[in-house]
Amino acid sequence: MRPTIRLAAFALCVTALPSRAAVLPDDRADVLYHRYEGGGVTVDGPSLLVRKNLAEKYSVAANYYVDLVSSASIDVLSQASPYKETRQQGSLGLDMLNGKTQYSLSVLGSEENDYSSTTASFDVSQDLFGDLTTVSFGYSQGWDDVRKRGDPSFSEPVDRRSYRLGVSQVVTPSLIMGFALETITDEGYLQNPYRSMRYRDDDVPAGYAWAPEVYPSTRTSNAASLNARYFLWYRAALHGEYRYFTDTWGVDANTVRVGYVQPVGAQWTLEAGYRWYDQSRADFYSDLFPSANAQNFMGRDKELSTFQSHMYSVGASYELPSFGWKFLQRSTINLFFDYTNYDYADFRDVLKGGAPGAEPLYQFDAAVYRLFFSGWF
Amino acid sequence: MRPRSILAAALLTLSLTAGAAPPAPAPAPDFALPSRDGSEVRLSDLKGQVVMINFWATWCGPCRQEMPLLEQLQARYEPLGFTLLGVNVEPDPAAASAWLKGVPVTFPILFDTRNAVAESFGVQGMPSSVFVDREGRVRYVHRGYKSGDEAQYADLIRSLVKE
Amino acid sequence: MRALIVPCLCALLGAAGCSNVEPWVKPYERQNLADPIMAADSNPVASSYLNHVFEVREGARGALGGHGGGCGCN
Repeated sequence: MRPTIRLAAFALCVTALPSRAAVLPDDRADVLYHRYEGGGVTVDGPSLLVRKNLAEKYSVAANYYVDLVSSASIDVLSQASPYKETRQQGSLGLDMLNGKTQYSLSVLGSEENDYSSTTASFDVSQDLFGDLTTVSFGYSQGWDDVRKRGDPSFSEPVDRRSYRLGVSQVVTPSLIMGFALETITDEGYLQNPYRSMRYRDDDVPAGYAWAPEVYPSTRTSNAASLNARYFLWYRAALHGEYRYFTDTWGVDANTVRVGYVQPVGAQWTLEAGYRWYDQSRADFYSDLFPSANAQNFMGRDKELSTFQSHMYSVGASYELPSFGWKFLQRSTINLFFDYTNYDYADFRDVLKGGAPGAEPLYQFDAAVYRLFFSGWF
Repeated sequence: MRPRSILAAALLTLSLTAGAAPPAPAPAPDFALPSRDGSEVRLSDLKGQVVMINFWATWCGPCRQEMPLLEQLQARYEPLGFTLLGVNVEPDPAAASAWLKGVPVTFPILFDTRNAVAESFGVQGMPSSVFVDREGRVRYVHRGYKSGDEAQYADLIRSLVKE
Repeated sequence: MRALIVPCLCALLGAAGCSNVEPWVKPYERQNLADPIMAADSNPVASSYLNHVFEVREGARGALGGHGGGCGCN
């Protein structure tokens, strides 16, 4: 069972929105090792980034990212056998600064043996009103090709479009707030070709049987978020964010995130955070349908079920002493750890056995590690 | 809100049209600020010289970038009757002093810790360079810094020292 | 919140029509906002990876990340 990483390409492109309009981002190189362990899935790999300013007007960035997947997740074990897979992704970005306006263009491509994705993005960010207000908007277009291992003739397209708008406002010399809106439309083959839904079948000893999922071919989602960053007088920072999400599939979600950053001495920076996520299920989601043709659309993706997650994060950054290289202005070594508990309200763990529809509800914990070196030159 | 001085309004107009020739020059607001060695520097004492007042801060990237180039300007034009004043706008002078250890400069660094001088000059961007002629009048305000601006500074200084 | 509404309207209508409201945080008062700990995203590679994990594990997507702030230079 392939993890639902079809929108990963999108995510990485979307988060590459320009952060400041009046000054280009610094030249830098980052080398990251990432690792996810949870629910029977282990994914790790590198992510490399290089960014360079040209002629004080342009900034180019290149990123190479790999996911090495080893999956024995509940979806996989329920219906298939553990598998290993590699996903590679590369992106190129170009920022151009013209007075108080920054233009960003980027292209991202991702490839695995049964999924290809390309995303192109354009963003504009404008500083206004004495640099107190920043307005940004952007558009992304994505093209995916969904394939299926074991069926060479299977190839389905997905068309993805994202429309973004953001406003950030300096409120006091210590407080900046912002809001963001994003609408995403998907069209095409939006389901997982390997996953099945299950339905009650009294003719079978187990009491239930599997059948292919049927998903709508379109999805439109809207997200709105509010965020704030506050500088504490003794030199620390508080970050907060709230996001509301709703879509045409019936998924409604709330995200609340808070973070605290504390420099310690001249070289250390410590961070801690908490994130709460709450989601209500898609209309066509069910853990167990009453029959094989209960509805037009039926799915059993736990990521579209009703669930809550709590994430606890800690991180530390250490500023490395100057190596005496004139080339490297500054460098840091960083370790971030995030621990998440996922608690499902209507997705059941069929591996634990029990009467159909009465198996224990699924829950699992995941640990994410990010170890990286950053250098500024 | 305090009523804006006519000068500040004029400077506001100047900075909004950064790069355009100014209207009739107005006298620069006088000030006296402490410098690094403890002595006070008064702008009116420098009448007869061309003065470039550079408002800067250690947290401002372009400010840090232009500092060594300002030192070069000082070295080159000081014999012709030119002085650069680096006015640091941070509330704590320690930050500037620490940073300057790595980028030594010979022109006076003044501390405008309460931002009274920055406000009287109507500073609209960081960094800002105010060019004052030998008669103490503001002739030009340059807002921001980009690579190559030091050539513009040199042209302005040359034209003002010739007067 | 009132402090937010007027500048937001100004931002949307364009700066040209709002010269009667002065920016209340001066360019030389941006020390705290320019501090690296106040940056919206100081580790883009690390944060984009975590956002990727969220998109894979959850149904919601989009509207993440803050912007603006910083030194407001140039």
